[in-house]
Amino acid sequence: MTASAVSIRDWGWRHASRLAWALEHVTLEIAAGERVLILGPSGAGKSTLLHALAGVLGGADEGDAQGVLTVDGEDPAHRRGRSGLLLQDPDSQMILARVGDDVAFGCENLGVPRDEIWARVGEALEAVGLDVPLDRSTQALSGGQKQRLALAGVLAMHPGLLLLDEPTANLDPVGVAEVRDAVGRVLDKTGATLVVIEHRVDTWLPLVDRVIVLGTGGAVIADGHPDTVLTERGAELAAAGVWVPGHPPRVALPEPLPAGEALLDTRDLLTARVRGVPVGTPVSTTVRAGEVLAITGANGAGKSTLALTLAGLLRPEGGELTATATLSRGLGAAPIAWKSTQLLQRIGTVFQDPEHQFLATTVRRELEVGPRALGLEPAEIDARVDDVLARLGLAHLERAHPFTLSGGEKRRLSVATALVSRPDILVLDEPTFGQDALTWARLVELIGALRAEGSAIITVSHDAEFVAALADRTLTLTALRPEQSDTEEAA
Amino acid sequence: MSALADTQISVVKPTSAAVHRTNAVTRLMVPVPLTLVLLMTLDWVSAATALLALALLMPFAGLSAKQFWLRTLPVWIAAPLSGVTMLLYGRPDGTVYWEFGLAQISDGSIAIAIATMLRVLAIALPAVVLFITVDPTDLADGLAQILRLPARFVLGALAGIRMIGLFLDDWRALELARRARGVADTGRIRRFAGMALAMLVLSIRRGSKLATAMEARGFGGDIPRTWARESRLGWADAILFAIGILVSIAVVWTSVATGHWNFIFA
Repeated sequence: MTASAVSIRDWGWRHASRLAWALEHVTLEIAAGERVLILGPSGAGKSTLLHALAGVLGGADEGDAQGVLTVDGEDPAHRRGRSGLLLQDPDSQMILARVGDDVAFGCENLGVPRDEIWARVGEALEAVGLDVPLDRSTQALSGGQKQRLALAGVLAMHPGLLLLDEPTANLDPVGVAEVRDAVGRVLDKTGATLVVIEHRVDTWLPLVDRVIVLGTGGAVIADGHPDTVLTERGAELAAAGVWVPGHPPRVALPEPLPAGEALLDTRDLLTARVRGVPVGTPVSTTVRAGEVLAITGANGAGKSTLALTLAGLLRPEGGELTATATLSRGLGAAPIAWKSTQLLQRIGTVFQDPEHQFLATTVRRELEVGPRALGLEPAEIDARVDDVLARLGLAHLERAHPFTLSGGEKRRLSVATALVSRPDILVLDEPTFGQDALTWARLVELIGALRAEGSAIITVSHDAEFVAALADRTLTLTALRPEQSDTEEAA
Repeated sequence: MSALADTQISVVKPTSAAVHRTNAVTRLMVPVPLTLVLLMTLDWVSAATALLALALLMPFAGLSAKQFWLRTLPVWIAAPLSGVTMLLYGRPDGTVYWEFGLAQISDGSIAIAIATMLRVLAIALPAVVLFITVDPTDLADGLAQILRLPARFVLGALAGIRMIGLFLDDWRALELARRARGVADTGRIRRFAGMALAMLVLSIRRGSKLATAMEARGFGGDIPRTWARESRLGWADAILFAIGILVSIAVVWTSVATGHWNFIFA
């Protein structure tokens, strides 16, 4: 395979049914074999550009194009599959049930003869370092393995251009390193051209030799060697939400108060998503007002399951989970037995995927759901909703449909829906997953402020910086080993 | 949120039994002649003959006794239920033993009930026994390569089946989220409708992501597709198909010879 060259001249794209162009007048040349990191704020159209290069943007009914965009002098839509695209979500990229078949899928579509397909499958799996039997179920793989499988599927097509759209945003730190290293090996072996989009610069810095910064609408703001661009534009990029090494997001946190009253107690608590199949090890801890408790651990250790159990959403599999009198305020001690509206005023939950918890057609109505369920007066509802809208910087979006918000806005809205009911405990499941530095800093400051007001915060996270910035205590879960540490840490 | 993603349409692991050397398409088609024959008549002899043949062939089906009873349990429940319906509402004939409103139990309805129950068993059991050992990927290969169904349709459906596990995850998350949002106490039916709608939205989004991933790997292009796994028919398939035909012939012959053949359009 030979490396592909990209030529983009005065190119633009407008999604069908939109008035504004997502990208306009983009002009870029990428030489064969270059390794390019594209940076830019959310909404700069980076993904759209990558999809266009992969030839999967769709035809005229998907939107309008202007200008010229070619890969090796051809329209990418006519050479589909010869540029390899790796997407963010591992689950939506696995096509077939068995590892070998999934890698072979792209080759079949390109009409590669059968014997050669299986030779390519073996090579590709070796290149990404995925050493599992060909008939292994794709569902049984970890997140990092799934992304490497998708990379192998792309690689087996022998693409001259590798396009990566935030391929590590949904992975834990181990998975991130696995995928990055696999990409490095592949590039060294094939010499293919690389274009990668990512918020977290440090992940890809060791691999790339050029950084392009796009502004809103696709204007090229900076372009050059990574060191030059990051030195000259580092502060500006950080201000736009890019994670730049040496420019950590600045957060101002109020002084935490000493931990307050106990709200939830667990003793040898076992949790399970499916009854009879406990995940993780027994947990004994106390959740206190004015304290941030971080739940960490590898994938599969049962972090989310524990959080949802503490949140009164899943029935404990074993051991005890007791609400203290301060929290239960006259109800029974088991949160799972509380009514939905009773739970709402005591424990609020922010799910990993915000889309799962949206119920209404506008941001304002979304925020009214909880207060209405509580039967509050209309004036009180308006006051509360206005308060959280202002607090989370969503006031200008109050009439937007929740599903049309950006990733960061969806995250803030999902937090707001929990806050508006004023629970004593706020449970957050991976709140910083895939967020840019601006949203990250905003979430950290918000949680710090809630803690200072006396809320208890329980957060699942494998974001080490987030945990370091906020956690008063860290509960590290392990899937296999029978012990579990409950260590005290300074915030 | 992927604890349930392991939930897959479970396929009985192939064993060394000869039947597992047959093509998935064969296993899908073999029960067809017998089914047609049994639909043409409603009498206890034809169905009983088919069941007898099935009992003789069971040891070669490559299933353990436990697998057999577990997987065919729904059939054993459905068959007597259909029999009871016929017992009460089948066309009355001969002595009437019991009557309540429209329901009548008579000599005629008893005979129809027995025949119906046996017929349900004789049609459903071979189909279930042969089909539960079929791997969806192998079936898709067979449908596209042997029956020449369009690859777009077959592979699209196959990829869709794989998403069922993700849908179950989504549904569970939606349920929990509604409790967390304070709207899970009342209006069960309305809530279900709301969740179904949310589920539809999520499914379409997942589906379009999957479609993009498939297109990015060259699916739906102009190049003639090759197949990594060859799907072909062999002697085992011919033998299995012949057995299916022979059983069908035996069923017709026995029923006609004993004078029980009862030609109907059912």
